[in-house]
Amino acid sequence: MSLLSVRGLTRDFDGLRAVDGVDLDLAAGEVRALIGPNGAGKTTLVGMIAGRIAPSRGRVILDGRDITRLPAHRRMRLGMAYTFQITSVFTGLSVAENVWLAARRRVRGAGLAQAVRAALARVGLEGRADQVAGDLAYGHQRLLEIAMGLAQRPRLLILDEPTQGLSEGEIAAFQALVRDLAGEVTILLIEHNMAVVMALAERITVMAGGRILAEGTPPEIHANRAVQAAYLGGDDAADC
Amino acid sequence: MLHLGLLALLLAAHFLLPAYHHGNLARVMVLASYALAYNLLFGYTGLLSLGHALFFAAGMYGMGMGVQHLGLGAGAGLILGIGSGAVVSALVAALALRTSGVAFMIVTLMFAQAGFLAILHFGAWTRGDEGFVLAQAGRTLWGMDLSAPGTRYLAALALFSVCLLLSLALVRAPFGRVLVAIRENEERVRMLGYDTQAHRFAAMVASGTMAAAAGAVYGMLFGYVGATFASVQYSILPLLWVLLGGAGTVLGPFIGTLFMFYLIDLGSGLTTAYMLIAGVVLVGLTLFAPQGIMGEVRRRLWRGLP
Repeated sequence: MSLLSVRGLTRDFDGLRAVDGVDLDLAAGEVRALIGPNGAGKTTLVGMIAGRIAPSRGRVILDGRDITRLPAHRRMRLGMAYTFQITSVFTGLSVAENVWLAARRRVRGAGLAQAVRAALARVGLEGRADQVAGDLAYGHQRLLEIAMGLAQRPRLLILDEPTQGLSEGEIAAFQALVRDLAGEVTILLIEHNMAVVMALAERITVMAGGRILAEGTPPEIHANRAVQAAYLGGDDAADC
Repeated sequence: MLHLGLLALLLAAHFLLPAYHHGNLARVMVLASYALAYNLLFGYTGLLSLGHALFFAAGMYGMGMGVQHLGLGAGAGLILGIGSGAVVSALVAALALRTSGVAFMIVTLMFAQAGFLAILHFGAWTRGDEGFVLAQAGRTLWGMDLSAPGTRYLAALALFSVCLLLSLALVRAPFGRVLVAIRENEERVRMLGYDTQAHRFAAMVASGTMAAAAGAVYGMLFGYVGATFASVQYSILPLLWVLLGGAGTVLGPFIGTLFMFYLIDLGSGLTTAYMLIAGVVLVGLTLFAPQGIMGEVRRRLWRGLP
């Protein structure tokens, strides 16, 4: 049973087709990576899944329910969470307040403080709860972003380039965190770091030019010639 | 604590101040209530309205017309004024919140101008530009004569206390914290599952209703209802007071209103070009204290200031 199904999703920007008839199925509990060269349409695709961008055509189905017409905030309440590619924490508020905002949709009252602490502990920021988020180092802001995603207790967690700008040590911690979540949460991961993708993803979807180029397990994708031509041999070869 | 201290200070001032400043302070407190209302929307939600005079006037005229033409007492007049403000702000919010940024400023400005022109147009009832003096019967609440300086001061203090404590409660409540988050980063709040549009709507109605309460009380305490209060000047003033005092601080609106009031008061004693003095001081403050007086205090001295 797939938690998320996308059918024929298409988006045109002034004649430019950013995403072109994409079909995608995510099984519950799966960790799926979405990769592709810059401009492949990855962020537009997840933007349509999360409700940030309205599709020109196509459908998004979450757990059997057609959510194509629901606004973003209603989708989040149905169990989605989205972490931003560009760090998007509330820089003027404290770390705890950031997570509090994320958790409050789900829990009220006494459990709330507990939920905030738990989410912060999970990413290792429990000692920084009272700091102003804007004063955190970049890597810590990324972790805070993830803690906010976790505090929402989503069924589907969309992570848009979560390791961008993280140090080696932080990436290792992030990988441990995602492994820890696997099975519990369905994760859709947009990622440029191929080592992270190969280590974490159960399946990989490759996009290029707005379409799905290939889909398969990490070894299958690694061996796929079309992918090598379009992606691994392209501008991003240096990333591998 | 700080806020209760200010209220206690204002109560003490009632017994200590000479008549002239006593009267001024009563006026400042009512205008500061208006500034508090403006601050809810501008300071905490981050929406810059240029049409708040419409809500202030809705309160003032709702009350004044009720007293003048329907023969209502002061209490019923106030309720009608506040109710008018709630209805008008809900209508304007429903339309204006479809826009944001500069478009929102222009739409609110246009609504306020439409309101101002409507007041002039229906001069038969509103007495247009000239306005009307409120009948004495409409200025007596529970046997208290609101036109007497003593009761007037205390009534202004009562209004200000309610608005200040309401603002404080609202800002500290989860609702207010979500508003601040919307101001900081709306898209993120939306992606946390909050209906940001509904929050903004509620903030605008709360702000408009509080502004109407200030307008209704102003008309009642000072006995005059006129179209000037619906003019664009009265939309700009609360913005200036809040900017001067410190947007997004609870005490800022009062400090800003008091400062501006006395700036003009003292300036006009020196020269007829008193707006020039006000202008220079405003430019200076925006250059050297861009976050307003209380904003500077928060930045330099006390980070946790609400």
